[in-house]
Amino acid sequence: MTKASKRRLSRRALLAGTASAVSAGVLSGQDNASDPTKVQGELATEVGERSRHETPKRSYFSSARSGSNTPLQDLEGTITPSDLHFERHHGGIPDIDPDNYSLLIHGMVKQPRVYTLPELKRFPARAMTRFLECSGNGFRTYRNPEANREKTPQDIEGLTSTSEWVGVPLKTLFEEVGVLPEAKWFLAEAMDAAVMTRSIPVEKAWDDAIIAYGQNGEAIRPEQGYPARLFLPGFEGSSNVKWIRRIELAAEPFMSREETSKYTDPLPGGKARMFSFVMDAKSVITYPAYPVKLPDQGFWEIKGLAWSGRGKIVRVDISTDGGRSWEKAELQNPVLPKCHTRFRFGWEWDGRPATLMSRATDETGQTQPTLEALKQVRGEGTIYHYNHIRAWTVRGDGSVVFGEKA
Amino acid sequence: MKALLLVVAVAAGAFAQEADENFGFGRTPSDEEIAALDIDVTPDGTGLPEGEGSVAQGEELYFQRCASCHGVGGTEGPNDKLVGREPGDEFLFGDTRGLTKTIGNYWPYATTLYDYTYRAMPFDEPGSLTPEEVYSLVAFLLFKNDLITEDVVMNRETLPEVAMPARDRFVPDDRAGGPELR
Repeated sequence: MTKASKRRLSRRALLAGTASAVSAGVLSGQDNASDPTKVQGELATEVGERSRHETPKRSYFSSARSGSNTPLQDLEGTITPSDLHFERHHGGIPDIDPDNYSLLIHGMVKQPRVYTLPELKRFPARAMTRFLECSGNGFRTYRNPEANREKTPQDIEGLTSTSEWVGVPLKTLFEEVGVLPEAKWFLAEAMDAAVMTRSIPVEKAWDDAIIAYGQNGEAIRPEQGYPARLFLPGFEGSSNVKWIRRIELAAEPFMSREETSKYTDPLPGGKARMFSFVMDAKSVITYPAYPVKLPDQGFWEIKGLAWSGRGKIVRVDISTDGGRSWEKAELQNPVLPKCHTRFRFGWEWDGRPATLMSRATDETGQTQPTLEALKQVRGEGTIYHYNHIRAWTVRGDGSVVFGEKA
Repeated sequence: MKALLLVVAVAAGAFAQEADENFGFGRTPSDEEIAALDIDVTPDGTGLPEGEGSVAQGEELYFQRCASCHGVGGTEGPNDKLVGREPGDEFLFGDTRGLTKTIGNYWPYATTLYDYTYRAMPFDEPGSLTPEEVYSLVAFLLFKNDLITEDVVMNRETLPEVAMPARDRFVPDDRAGGPELR
């Protein structure tokens, strides 16, 4: 790292020295029409757009369009633009008039209540910047990595995103209705065509759950649960029920279709884990990655994202030799708990084939396992929660493919 | 905010009571309002409505409303495979790749089948089935999975009694933070 840092400085100084000469040459060759200093620019607009040169897009994860992946390779920093936040829905995106929206809380409570959207917004609000990840994210890396060499970070890992979420703490609402001590679970139910339901332990409400209505400075997008959703920091995406219309408190979980036949994790030995909410520590390199081709050797910054559903990321290690040796990456501040954390690592590429890996460790001491170690405990056939170490291989010609061995 | 409300209440000479600690926003729903939304069904049968349905009725309905997505035998797709048992009811989903989860080999509770079908099916017309139609479809699908015989009628008493082969395969999450991999 020290050597790479020094090289980086000297190379940056060199680039800075030559940059002005190069751009002056380019500009002098331009005609007035393409020289932005020679024509008046566009006027102010009511709603802005991206540069016409920047066209990041989500990609559908299935032909049924029941979800879409975030273009992780196109993002900077930690926040996912709301229109690029990954999607997953089980009955399409409902069109909800906020004037007709209400949230019912009932069951094992002293006093059932119904809240309109303005009433939810009247409670003291809480904001938090947190990731949200589908528990099936990364299934290609576990099931069949050999067949997925030419896949982008978006294809491989795009079912994770980070937003600033704003809403009312569920704790506040539960205090309002007087949740009875016998109530250990609550049902969260959506008003979409699937009338999606999940059972959540009541402790999560006392901890950090919110009913969110704001995302990245505006109202939540329809595909993210407009006008209000359950947001459970660090919990698997599907439990963060969108378009939430009803919460029922009960002594036992409800055993809905999603939490029995779908989002359960088969294990070796004839068992399946249920209510496996927390997302384990994880990371992915987003640059360099397929379909990038490095044009020459020398300095390149390895960049990526790390996150854990259990708290803060405390370190990310990078290997450029297929896991034989590891060095510490820089983490972008502030590092927030249960949030995408941007890591960066200066790398001198010598032009030879290299396998790049990232390995995150969270504040509980959990470190990403190898694929072999994870398969040992979870089994070949398991589904969901794939947090093993990912690899990208840089070939001698600079092209990058997913997985090990060029 | 709460502390402030309390201070105001005390300053006004009022007694600090439990009600004063609440914001008091929203309104109390009527019992009918709650009942209209409270459609969930739990493993002990709570929430199951009156009515019943037979395998024969369910078979007819299945071909009208379900077979185009789930296949004539419940196995052909294109959407979820519904029918099938593993030899000896083995549960090798963690050990081997390529097994397909069905009602017969994976679903732990028969009541979930009622709950889900009533709330979300059929896909192109969700929430359109009557309780009798759902009981019939549930009976047919349980029969196709060899979980009930053809003559058994499904209702609020019989459905929670259906024994599901995978019932005891499910364990709570034992993962925790820290270095141990589970």
